[in-house]
Amino acid sequence: MTDVTLGSNVALAVDDGAPAIKVRGYWATVANRLRYDYVTLFFALVIVLIVLAAICAPLIAPFDPLKTSMAYRLKPIGFRNFLAGTDELGRDMLSRLIYGGRMSLLMGLIPVVTATILGGTLGVIAGFVGGRVNMLIMRTVDIFYAFPSVLLAVAISGTMGGGMSNGLIALTLVFIPPLCRVAETATTQVRNLDFVEAARASGASTSSIVVHHVLGNVLAPVFIYASSLISVAILLAAGLSFLGLGVEPPTPDWGLMLSTLRQAIYVQPYVCALPGVAIFITSLSFNLVSDGLRQAMDVRI
Amino acid sequence: MEVTSKRPKLDTVPPGDPRDRGGKIQPMLIVNALKKHFPIRGGLFNRQVGSVRAVDDVSFVVLKGETLGIVGESGCGKSTLARLLMHLIPRDSGELIFDGDGVGEERGISLRELRRNMQMVFQDSYSSLNPRLPVEDSIAYGPKVHGKSRAEAKQIARDLLTKVGLRPELFGSRYPHELSGGQKQRVNVARALALSPRMLILDEAVSALDKSIEAQVLNQLRYLKRHFNLTYVFISHDLNVVQYISDRVLVMYLGQVVEIGPVEEIYERPKHPYTRALLASRLSMDPDERIDEPPLTGDPPNPINPPSGCRFRTRCPFAEEVCAAKSPILGEWADRATHLAACHMEDATSGHSRAGRVTSESVPASLVAMA
Amino acid sequence: MWAYTARRILYAIPIAIGVTVICFCLVFLAPGDPVQMLLPPDASQADIEFLKKLYGFDQPIPVQYFKWLMRAMTGDLGVSLQTSRPVFSEVSRALSNTVIISLGAVMLAFSLAFVFGTIAAYYVGRPIDRIVTGVSVVGVSVPNYWLGIVLIIVFAVELGILPATGMGSQGSDDFSLASWSQVKYAILPTITLSMVPLGIIMRSTRAAVAEVLAHDFVQTLRAKGLSELAVLRHAVRNALPQILAVMGLQFGYLVGGSILIETIFTWPGTGFLLSKAILTRDIPVLQGAILILALCFVATNLVVDLLQTAVDPRIKRA
Repeated sequence: MTDVTLGSNVALAVDDGAPAIKVRGYWATVANRLRYDYVTLFFALVIVLIVLAAICAPLIAPFDPLKTSMAYRLKPIGFRNFLAGTDELGRDMLSRLIYGGRMSLLMGLIPVVTATILGGTLGVIAGFVGGRVNMLIMRTVDIFYAFPSVLLAVAISGTMGGGMSNGLIALTLVFIPPLCRVAETATTQVRNLDFVEAARASGASTSSIVVHHVLGNVLAPVFIYASSLISVAILLAAGLSFLGLGVEPPTPDWGLMLSTLRQAIYVQPYVCALPGVAIFITSLSFNLVSDGLRQAMDVRI
Repeated sequence: MEVTSKRPKLDTVPPGDPRDRGGKIQPMLIVNALKKHFPIRGGLFNRQVGSVRAVDDVSFVVLKGETLGIVGESGCGKSTLARLLMHLIPRDSGELIFDGDGVGEERGISLRELRRNMQMVFQDSYSSLNPRLPVEDSIAYGPKVHGKSRAEAKQIARDLLTKVGLRPELFGSRYPHELSGGQKQRVNVARALALSPRMLILDEAVSALDKSIEAQVLNQLRYLKRHFNLTYVFISHDLNVVQYISDRVLVMYLGQVVEIGPVEEIYERPKHPYTRALLASRLSMDPDERIDEPPLTGDPPNPINPPSGCRFRTRCPFAEEVCAAKSPILGEWADRATHLAACHMEDATSGHSRAGRVTSESVPASLVAMA
Repeated sequence: MWAYTARRILYAIPIAIGVTVICFCLVFLAPGDPVQMLLPPDASQADIEFLKKLYGFDQPIPVQYFKWLMRAMTGDLGVSLQTSRPVFSEVSRALSNTVIISLGAVMLAFSLAFVFGTIAAYYVGRPIDRIVTGVSVVGVSVPNYWLGIVLIIVFAVELGILPATGMGSQGSDDFSLASWSQVKYAILPTITLSMVPLGIIMRSTRAAVAEVLAHDFVQTLRAKGLSELAVLRHAVRNALPQILAVMGLQFGYLVGGSILIETIFTWPGTGFLLSKAILTRDIPVLQGAILILALCFVATNLVVDLLQTAVDPRIKRA
């Protein structure tokens, strides 16, 4: 064993065990996996349509969503030009549904985005610094976890008096704890991996390590979790409006519409159910797309 | 370029290096009475109820230009020792002197400077490289941290990839999951070399590789050592690998050094019963030399409550009362030919019945240790 | 084991305290003077001053908190602005009503989800699995308040076999599970309430059991000649801790989050009480109800955690 002389080709040889695969970036791999996931693609298209409809509402809505008409109250689907019927004040349902998408999307997306930024930052700090700071942050987060989300959202916006901005604040506060926790767990896991130790061993500063090594590996789980929260946010926001705590009338909003139409279910049941259908489809689409994204982004080889 | 395995003769002085601060004979690293205990918390209030004595009073030197192999079973403290040497975890007590300078002290070198001189190669695992960075960027990160521009750092990375035998055009922009185990490990080595260190600590660097790849990587390491004038500390549980690559060997047991000496001495004339049992448990390729009973049985005792006196005495066939009463001393290190063992049988004044007498050179295969 | 139990209970105490702090501070979120929240809008200045002194609003806030806490611990949560009845009795009565449908939803959702989740995990990839997965996704995405309305439309408006709202012709005083004429009021709310937990638990069960079935030791069991049913039993036992965790969480949500369903069905539970309190700005009721519900949630989580440790020796939460 001790006096073996080896030729140069052995010392410098490249082990060709791995085949020469085409070099592909990370996002390209993700996109490739998604290409064959028809369910996700379909519902992503649905989301795009909903968003487009909401943005272009003034262009595509057949009627003015706020225009009331005592003569045409609670007309069924397909009545004259009212493709989706009319509500209890004679306003066109289709237009109100289209405009309502704006509110629902805003109330769903804004809290999640804000909570991701705030909660994520908090979680990364807690995870990376560890020790007392971690305990302080996570215990405080635990206290908010002691409230079921619906209850907390209702409590906060209820006491603040309702209204759209209070609803946004309440929803953001509801979503910060879970995002903080996900970020903290991910950061703690990444922090203990070998390559982070190697980065420390090369003498890098804490901020450099966090930015270059930790963040890239933490963003994925946080992002995936946040995307799964969007559907919950939409449901919760519509729920708040349903209780009268979100958007105020006469602004069209799906949750609010469900609530005001409730008395009329004996008269025009199908019209009254429509806003719920809209909420359901939107929430379902976001749910399925986030699931599909999660599967595609799973980096495990 | 020919790679030979001829070892430097024991009295050779290594070639000088312009980065030397301490002179040619100054050891690269002096470790003095290093200690690291990990507290164990339990009970109602998470109080400390005990401690894991991971590294307990370890002293040795690493000479310039040599490869010091560190062997031991799992749980003997090798990895903790590696991280202590790298200053990745703080030590409880003891001295670490690099090239004559203390680290972090006034007249010594700063931690940042130490980082440029001493680097670590990790075991090839899923997490040894950042899965989100192309390997080029992983290698270039170190130089960038120390002030090189992006272009310079990338060039350094490319050069190193070539040096470790991976074509940068082909492998540079790959992600870790697109590489085989051997290739990943070469990248690990390249990353460690990116800061032009003088000493590398290799913690089980080849343990996760297939045997054929292992041989390639080992030879690569030897080539690099000569090319870059490096000093290695090679930690492994694999006795054959350590024998192949080391100049001197240090044997660890339960957080302590039990034997240290030149590699031929250790492998042909081991002094400590533990070393002897370890070496005897290597299987021979000769079917006539089958052993029926293992030379070393049982599990190492708990590092939380190690046995009193000599920690190996519960598995040692030569244990006597004095072994439980006193801890054996390793002895003073003199030069690279010194061969020391922490055993009462080596110490003529210990009171052991076999003290000072020449003991047999290898453990007979029929010798069974107490569990 | 007991040290862990004690430690876990000890740990729940600061959480509970934190909950009370937040509940207390809710009052300050309300626009306007907190005292005015406690009084009807036509109160005279003298009344306001008197109440201020009585409730100690002229004291510094921490003192107010302690006084409020002390009173709360004795069961005095103030008096409803609407009904002038003690908050505590209102809430506890409402809570018992909520528990009726919550328990029903729990039993329904847990059993169905467990069974179908396991079946889906066993037949991964086959049609039954896809159906189950589809149902769970729907269950999670559907707005349960809308589902309630749909069920009302189907069963009450179109078919007319189940009542749309309320809790029985006599109200909650006369409610008993024995008679159909009373129970039928509880059916729709229970089913609606169980949808979302059904979806979530079914998904988690399927994931947990499928993961365990993929382990090597399952192959070993089969190789030993165990019947498929026995293998499944083993797998489910291993997946149980995860499933229990999700179930426990959902139970807590059911108790605390039933507000929307109860509003739709005018089921006089805590959720309905809450929504009424919001509408009428009845702050003492709001505060009291939230406090009790949140503390119930904390207690539920505690019990679930301890149960989990009993079932799975591997989990040792520090």
